[in-house]
Amino acid sequence: MSDVTPWSEVLELVRPATVETLYMVLMSTLVGVVGGLPLGVWLHMTSHVGLTPKPLVHRVLGAVVDVTRSIPFVVLLVVVGSLTRLLMGQAFGSSAAIVPLAIAAVPFFARLTSNALREVDSAIVEAAVTTGAGKFRIVWTVLLSEARAALVGAVGVTMLALIGYAAMAGAIAGGGLGATAILDGYNAYDDRVLYVSVVLLGILAWGMQLLTDWVTKLVDRRRAATNV
Amino acid sequence: MITVENLTKTFTQSNTSVAALDDVSLQVPDGSVCGVVGTSGAGKSTLARCIALLEKPDSGAIRVDGTDLVSLEGSKLRAARRRIGVVPQGDSLLRQRTAAGNVALPLESAKVPAAQRRSRVAELLDLVGLADKSSVYPDHLSGGQRQRVAVARALAAKPSVLLADEPTSALDPGTTDSVLTVLERARSELGVTVLVVTHDMAVVRRIADDVAVLEEGRVVEHGKVLDLVSEPGSRIGSTLLPETDQASTLQLDSGGHDVVAEVVLVGFAAVGALLPEASSRFGVELSILGGGLTRLGDTPVAKFRVGLSGERSESALKWMIERDAHVRRAPVSVDGVAA
Repeated sequence: MSDVTPWSEVLELVRPATVETLYMVLMSTLVGVVGGLPLGVWLHMTSHVGLTPKPLVHRVLGAVVDVTRSIPFVVLLVVVGSLTRLLMGQAFGSSAAIVPLAIAAVPFFARLTSNALREVDSAIVEAAVTTGAGKFRIVWTVLLSEARAALVGAVGVTMLALIGYAAMAGAIAGGGLGATAILDGYNAYDDRVLYVSVVLLGILAWGMQLLTDWVTKLVDRRRAATNV
Repeated sequence: MITVENLTKTFTQSNTSVAALDDVSLQVPDGSVCGVVGTSGAGKSTLARCIALLEKPDSGAIRVDGTDLVSLEGSKLRAARRRIGVVPQGDSLLRQRTAAGNVALPLESAKVPAAQRRSRVAELLDLVGLADKSSVYPDHLSGGQRQRVAVARALAAKPSVLLADEPTSALDPGTTDSVLTVLERARSELGVTVLVVTHDMAVVRRIADDVAVLEEGRVVEHGKVLDLVSEPGSRIGSTLLPETDQASTLQLDSGGHDVVAEVVLVGFAAVGALLPEASSRFGVELSILGGGLTRLGDTPVAKFRVGLSGERSESALKWMIERDAHVRRAPVSVDGVAA
């Protein structure tokens, strides 16, 4: 057992790590949403309940999304290592970790998006069709707009999953609270650093969930169910 | 003017095919209200979905002002959809948009500039009596109000035809009335041709000029409501007019009447004056054995079972027939019992 690290040093270790984790999570969430939203819309549109059912396209898309999603993140991290080096010029550090994180986030968010859109009442969609709305208008003003609460929720779920993944990525590729917890905490037998990192990860997750709930409430115009 | 010509639609499911529509033809003249009625499974929804251009019929044509809309595709189909305003079955409003936002939807599809859109939306909300609810979200409106917003939305792009699919099925009678009033106003103030698909005869009674009865995918009766009610054996007549049957069981020995007849009277003058005048003019004793009075749209209509006694009973009946009363003699059996 080493001596207990003074609080000031712990703080110096975890402060940049927290920023790195936030950076990894937010950037990969951004890429996940930008890539996953259109993919999710496409997935929904080609499904049998979508506006333009295309069974073959749907099956292929679905397979790609779900196979990617089923690869354990630790494995994905290693597998895309060379791609990371190609894109980021390095395989280490928090910027490099964004590549595997984003690759995990895109299919994840796509699936959540397609699920959210499926919940939009088909009567509402058909009503819009009868107004002479085109496909893009329906996607934008009906599907995405009506599913907004579920979509914001999906962003939250994605962020939360990515906090976990980012910790893993950090532990292997370096950077973030995950790396601090493992390298500076666990490996260095420094319990204080380890537990502070874990608590901070928890607080980050909790804060993001609160934020998600708040935004959901802000954008959702449906009446809340009456409290029983 | 909307014309449906020889519409046929068959659904095939696990090797059995069901003809949902079997050679359906309809004509709704400009500015009139036509009710399409039938029991569930008669093909009403399929017909509504075909006319809304959501479903393609196997064959047949749907013409609005002469143009067949069935075969259109792409942007032409979308433009055609705006010529038929649709009030769909059930809740169909965007829950994340205000009443005004919902009404604006067809105008956005039609690429109407924002300023014009706003004034048109205000006009329409005013027409349906919801001017003060423009910024309210659907979840905070009542069922009847939501349905009126749906009517306003259907009318937004100035369609020449308004199609309402079971517009009152989820509403209580009082609310039904407010929605029907709005449909009627669309016809009278905007001159829209209205087609209402419904299982609710109260809708036909209140606002329909014409009616079509669907049964197993076929039109079994189609015409003006006021014409059909006086036709013997008409389903519409027997549903809309008061019952007279019960009286016959009470009148087992025909009560000594010389003639027993069923009389259908249409219009204020006939309902108000024809029977008493016949009675006094021909000196016959006239008693009402059954039936009653009702109102179809604005027209009072009566159906009575009457018993006439007196030498000139036959002449009195003949005189009433000459004055457009629809008289059907009740079959009288040998011993004088009204059947």
